[in-house]
Amino acid sequence: MTLLTVRNLVVDFSSGVRAVAGLDLDLAAGQVLGVVGESGSGKSVTSLALLGLLPRDARASGEIRFDGRELTRLDQRALRRLRGNRIAMVFQDPLSCLNPYYPVAFQIAEAYRAHHRAGRKAAHRVAVRMLERVGIPEAERRARSYPHEFSGGMRQRVMIAMALCLEPDLLIADEPTTALDVTVQAQILDLLRELRRETGTAIMLITHDMGVVAGLADQVVVMRDGRAVERGAVRDVFHRPQQPYTRGLLACVPRIDGPLPHRLPTLSETA
Amino acid sequence: MSARVAGSTRAGSRTAGTAQVPVLRRLLSQRATALALATVALLVLVALAAPLITWLTGSSPTAFHGETVDPALGGLPRGTAGGISAEHWLGVEPVNGRDVLARVVYGARVSLLVAVLATAVSTLLGTALGLLAGFLGGWADTLIGRLMDLLMSFPSLIFMIALISAAPGADRRLLLITVLGLFGWPYVGRIVRGQAMVLARGEFVAAARVLGASRRTLLLREVLPNLTGPVLVVATMSIPACIATEAGLSFLGVGVQPPTPSWGQMIASAVPWYASDPAYFLIPGVLLFVTVLAFNVLGDAVRDALDPRSKPR
Amino acid sequence: MILYLLRRLAVTAAVLLVICAATFAIFYLMPADPAQGACGKACSPERLATIRATLGLDRSPFTQFGDYLGGILSGRAFGSGAAAVQCPFPCLGFSFQTNQPVWELLTSRLPVSISIAVGAAVLWLAVGVAAGVVSALRRGSLWDRAAMTAALGGVSLPIYFTALVLQYLLVVQLNVLPYPTAVPLTEDPIGWAQSMVMPWITLAMLYSGVYARVTRSEMLESLGRNYVRTARAKGLAEVTVVRRHALRPALMPIVTIFGMDLGALLGGALITESVFGLPGVGKLAADAIASADQPVILGVTLFAASFVVLANLAVDLAYAALDPRVRAVG
Repeated sequence: MTLLTVRNLVVDFSSGVRAVAGLDLDLAAGQVLGVVGESGSGKSVTSLALLGLLPRDARASGEIRFDGRELTRLDQRALRRLRGNRIAMVFQDPLSCLNPYYPVAFQIAEAYRAHHRAGRKAAHRVAVRMLERVGIPEAERRARSYPHEFSGGMRQRVMIAMALCLEPDLLIADEPTTALDVTVQAQILDLLRELRRETGTAIMLITHDMGVVAGLADQVVVMRDGRAVERGAVRDVFHRPQQPYTRGLLACVPRIDGPLPHRLPTLSETA
Repeated sequence: MSARVAGSTRAGSRTAGTAQVPVLRRLLSQRATALALATVALLVLVALAAPLITWLTGSSPTAFHGETVDPALGGLPRGTAGGISAEHWLGVEPVNGRDVLARVVYGARVSLLVAVLATAVSTLLGTALGLLAGFLGGWADTLIGRLMDLLMSFPSLIFMIALISAAPGADRRLLLITVLGLFGWPYVGRIVRGQAMVLARGEFVAAARVLGASRRTLLLREVLPNLTGPVLVVATMSIPACIATEAGLSFLGVGVQPPTPSWGQMIASAVPWYASDPAYFLIPGVLLFVTVLAFNVLGDAVRDALDPRSKPR
Repeated sequence: MILYLLRRLAVTAAVLLVICAATFAIFYLMPADPAQGACGKACSPERLATIRATLGLDRSPFTQFGDYLGGILSGRAFGSGAAAVQCPFPCLGFSFQTNQPVWELLTSRLPVSISIAVGAAVLWLAVGVAAGVVSALRRGSLWDRAAMTAALGGVSLPIYFTALVLQYLLVVQLNVLPYPTAVPLTEDPIGWAQSMVMPWITLAMLYSGVYARVTRSEMLESLGRNYVRTARAKGLAEVTVVRRHALRPALMPIVTIFGMDLGALLGGALITESVFGLPGVGKLAADAIASADQPVILGVTLFAASFVVLANLAVDLAYAALDPRVRAVG
């Protein structure tokens, strides 16, 4: 069953930059779609457009069909009820994405209470349970800590707990591991994989790292200059890339089992 | 004073370039800024040409014109709106009948002179000490930093009053410039210190050091030119603050002493007459307001032009 | 936290001591003769000598400073025997012109200054912050431009000019308000408010401008923060996003300048009080300057400086209470 269909999405900035230029996407319920591309290829702008969170100087057009509803035609109220509740988002830099003035549990409970009739205490219990679930040790005690008191990986776990506390149908993860240390990256990917298995949430995984896609995604879309240049099942795209650009992206992933290249290739040579 | 707080700007971490031509063009492209610039230019012109103007109108700022006031009414100027006439374009003072235009024009002289020189003092002092603190670090930084904190947490207005009133007989203009400069430099120093600290660790300074440049050369050739932007911003903001403070002090009687005219002092002497002769306080008051406003608009524009992301703080 | 508090208190005390010494030094080193000031205009040489001895001006500056500090801490007497003048704790000097201890003069004037400062602060905080928030939310709109123009105008207004214009319009021309007089709030609340309205507006016109400008730019900065985007992505109502996630961080710098401004005003709104003739601490200072009553000038300076320094302390403590990151360091 199709959960999300994007047709001919175009996003223009008032500066004249066309960040997304006619993008089509399809995502089935419970599936993981990897959206890959260099920085500036329009991935993040696409994700913000889906939630209606584009900056003031950007205009979006095209169709965004989510669970049978056309999002571009919804008013702010309806869109707000969708955000967090049905479509949740995890961003790249968890430190700047968490508000430094509030304890983490409060920020999770706040998301919960925005969509459920729940008292402070009930929401707090939900938050603590979510923190436990994403693997925060001593969640009960740590719930009242502030973001700056957590490590980078733990903060991203908090962000994921916040995104998943409402059991959304779709989780958009925009470079969820980029700002983290390598070992922590693996842990966060494991967590996402595990949560996906348990909850059946569909994930749109935005990244520049083909390695991340390989470990998690079912389908992949390769973006360049606001367009999809290649798409298909992860297995096919990885084994038989059609586009030189995709081959370039793949070549950027260092492999432990392959021969060591003299020099890491750069995209400008291959594309 | 609070105007000070608003005026002292954190000029942002980005170092503004020294490309003056585009900055000037940007300044002139905005109508309000162009108007402010014109006002300031006119003011400077008037202040410079004060003797010429009084020669033209034929009345010096200190000459009494007893015939223009009515002793029966306690010395109220004869005629409408404070005695405005062909001889006295802006009217005359009550009681002694001195020409308001002449006094206002000479007052502009005092205002601008004090503000510009005080700003020069605070800018020089702030740049020198800020550079020392930021560039040397260590105990020099601690000492200068503490001194700046202390000066900025002083209730400066009342302290200036104390300082000035404890020194009767001294040249008030000189004293005003010294005191304003003394309390103004930490606002410059704080910004210069911050910038110098960043710059001292900057790559181009490191590069110059590797090439064997001496400390002095580094300071003069590499660091100082990069400070012109932020310092220009604070200096522009400091001028209206100084004008306002000078006028305030003169209003309170601890500024410029009569017979030398000053706007603040004129307004003070207009207080007993405000009900019967409102023109007498309105003329210097409006002038003072317009002057400070013009400089503030200009200061905002300079800040925006040099650093679009900056914010008044 | 307690350690932090103690350290801050120690620093505050040190700053006060430095200010005390600096103020004292100004009056000692400057050519003005305090005895002459105390004696008044018509002064015989004998009386001058007596006053000089009474004030202890013939002793070394360090002794005098020591005496002064001692007076603040435990009170002192000027002169000796039957002619001695008692100056009880905390002795900030004695005004021979008015025959009153400076502390008594200050405390009797304080209620007026507090009335002016607090009322004006409430007004400018409400107007300034609200205008700044709306401007930031509707950046570039007609409202924004109008409000920011007004704010810049307010910042540029000399307060004595505003005061005179207000008094001329409201009292002389329109006759809607009486001339301000010092009416205690407890005796006649309406009369008190009527007297205070003009000083409040006068000060608020200046300070609202400052606060609107600061609030606007702080709000613009915090609205662009990533955590505000997160708050929207969670599906929070826009009101909650603005109030909880954008305004709260934006208010932090405002707390700083508010503390400083209020502290400075509590120590006397010199110009406002002078123009309206309200007998607050500021008017006391202005009068003392006019009559060269040095002990009073010295006392007011110290008194006002203490307010500013204590406001600094209060701001730091407020920061520790409001910002969890500062709390962690302290």
